[in-house]
Amino acid sequence: MAHFTKANSVHEWLDQRLAIDKLWKVLAAEYWIPKNINFLWAMGVVLMTMFTILVISGIFLLMYYKPDTKLAFDSVNYTIMQEVWFGWLWRHMHAVAASVVFLVIYIHMFTGIYYASYKRGREMIWISGMLLFVTFSAEAFSGYMLPWGQMSYWAAQVITNLFGGIPFIGDDLVVWIRGNFYVSDPTLTRFFMLHVLLMPLIIMAIIGLHFYSLRIPHVNNQDGEEIDFDAEAEKYKAGMKKEAKVIPFWPVFLSKDFFVLGVFMIFYFYLVFYHYDFAMDPINFDPANPMKTPPHIYPEWYFLWSYEVLRGFFFNVGPLSAMDMGLIAFGIANVIFFFLPWFDKNDEVAPAVRRSGGFAVWFWLLVVDMIILTIWGKLPPTGFNAYIGYVAAVGFLALWAALPAVTAGKKGLLWFVILTTLALYIAGYMEYTKSLGNGFVIVTLFVIFYLLFFLNPVMVKNRGGAR
Amino acid sequence: MAQSRRDFLGMVFGAFAGAGGLAALYAMKRTWDPLPSVMAAGFTTVDLSPMKDGELRTVTWRGKPIFILKKPPQENCNHIPDENKKRLVNVGGSEYLVMIGLCTHLGCIPTWEPEKKIFHCACHGGEYDACGVQTFGPPPRPMDIPPFKIEGTKLVLGEEGPEYKKMVGKA
Repeated sequence: MAHFTKANSVHEWLDQRLAIDKLWKVLAAEYWIPKNINFLWAMGVVLMTMFTILVISGIFLLMYYKPDTKLAFDSVNYTIMQEVWFGWLWRHMHAVAASVVFLVIYIHMFTGIYYASYKRGREMIWISGMLLFVTFSAEAFSGYMLPWGQMSYWAAQVITNLFGGIPFIGDDLVVWIRGNFYVSDPTLTRFFMLHVLLMPLIIMAIIGLHFYSLRIPHVNNQDGEEIDFDAEAEKYKAGMKKEAKVIPFWPVFLSKDFFVLGVFMIFYFYLVFYHYDFAMDPINFDPANPMKTPPHIYPEWYFLWSYEVLRGFFFNVGPLSAMDMGLIAFGIANVIFFFLPWFDKNDEVAPAVRRSGGFAVWFWLLVVDMIILTIWGKLPPTGFNAYIGYVAAVGFLALWAALPAVTAGKKGLLWFVILTTLALYIAGYMEYTKSLGNGFVIVTLFVIFYLLFFLNPVMVKNRGGAR
Repeated sequence: MAQSRRDFLGMVFGAFAGAGGLAALYAMKRTWDPLPSVMAAGFTTVDLSPMKDGELRTVTWRGKPIFILKKPPQENCNHIPDENKKRLVNVGGSEYLVMIGLCTHLGCIPTWEPEKKIFHCACHGGEYDACGVQTFGPPPRPMDIPPFKIEGTKLVLGEEGPEYKKMVGKA
């Protein structure tokens, strides 16, 4: 038993038993953040706030929601929306937060890519962040099912059907996931459990990992400068606050974060009160009906880019059907960002414009391509839209195939990727006009393309950290 | 010696815990399996004897609409003559068309238009002849045949009978 003396205050009493002063120093007062940052570094705290709002509004919705196919629709659209005092507020806060949380996640992610905050010791920050993206996606999908409207139902039908594309076990797996031959009551109850318990628990655990992963490599800064955090922290503590390159998380960093957060919350509550409809698809105000498909099914905006990658392949390639080609590309699109630290063959940590080999061009092409995929993902895949979807989907994969060549400065290889991609665009156009057919040419082109995609990140050597 | 005794105890504990873990995983997997009542409801039995010639009935099987058409009008049923013959099944001396009533394009439910003798899908304008073979628009293939079994004049959906296996070429 350790030795305890009589405490003179509640604070001291707690500090003796829980070391709260030390804990506070480690977590906040002496957790050092670089000074050389901008408003984009506030997105983490914005995300944490959005997640908190989702949990709190979710708790209030949970008290009236009924996970039963006969009751779910009315429990949301009648009980919560019309009877419960401020029920509409919790629902609109929940729906709008679920949508804008993805906007902020994308900003947070692309900030990391732009400033190279995913390499040179920061790989685990990137990977845990991508795990959060995937778990948030699962959380959003399972939550979208709960109001049991037409879009809930058919989104569930289409997404669970995707597992049918897995060879051999696909069909049985779909039935197993649904708990029935079609999306029905057991599907709703199990996705309800995932949405309100298992996924939030996993997300909270990964948030803990994500925060912890920042401790050793520390937060990056606008110039990718390597900072001696211990030395700079000593300067700050010695009163040389002006000279030190770091500030403590609390109160200095958070005071500025709270300003950004304040601006963001004005935008958020403006949406909640005046434009909540953007997160509420009108089709979902019809109760789910397994016997009637809505004429046009599409996911929420944040899934449109990967949905368009799935739909982008409209012709068969050798033994693979258009659907198989789409599923392969979709599977890759969903995991490819995890591998960014290994597709990037250059150790420089600097903003995109200052990285060699035209990385900035690559970065903005990726952003533009994902915006095109998002816009076309909402349009019906008919006529020329199908070809544009194909160009954008192949373009997405091509950008990743090209990244090792771009970052390693291998011009010849880069041209090879570009020419293969252009050949695929021409061949795709001939498929669109039905003048090529499912033959040797298209199969060869795709074989070369996927070889480049998979071999480039493995074969191209990292060229080190020239800065 | 002490070390190998410790290793042995470690391996025994590992095997013990592993067996328990596998058993738990199996229980979890089974808990997500469709319930017996759900499996039982996966079979739908329809008595075909009261149907009239040219009549279309829609029954529900595993949450999907199933079209049953007695004696499909032959005049609009021969776009691929050999294929169409294979799509019909003889029950009690009459020919029936049994198929899943979902458009093979994007899964909408086509409607039967008796005066034109076609199935028409309102979503993207696809059309099928009286035997469910696509004749116009985006559908990539004829409407699918569900697994079925014939028991006298009754049709059991969900079980693969010899007639079904013959039709899809499995036997």
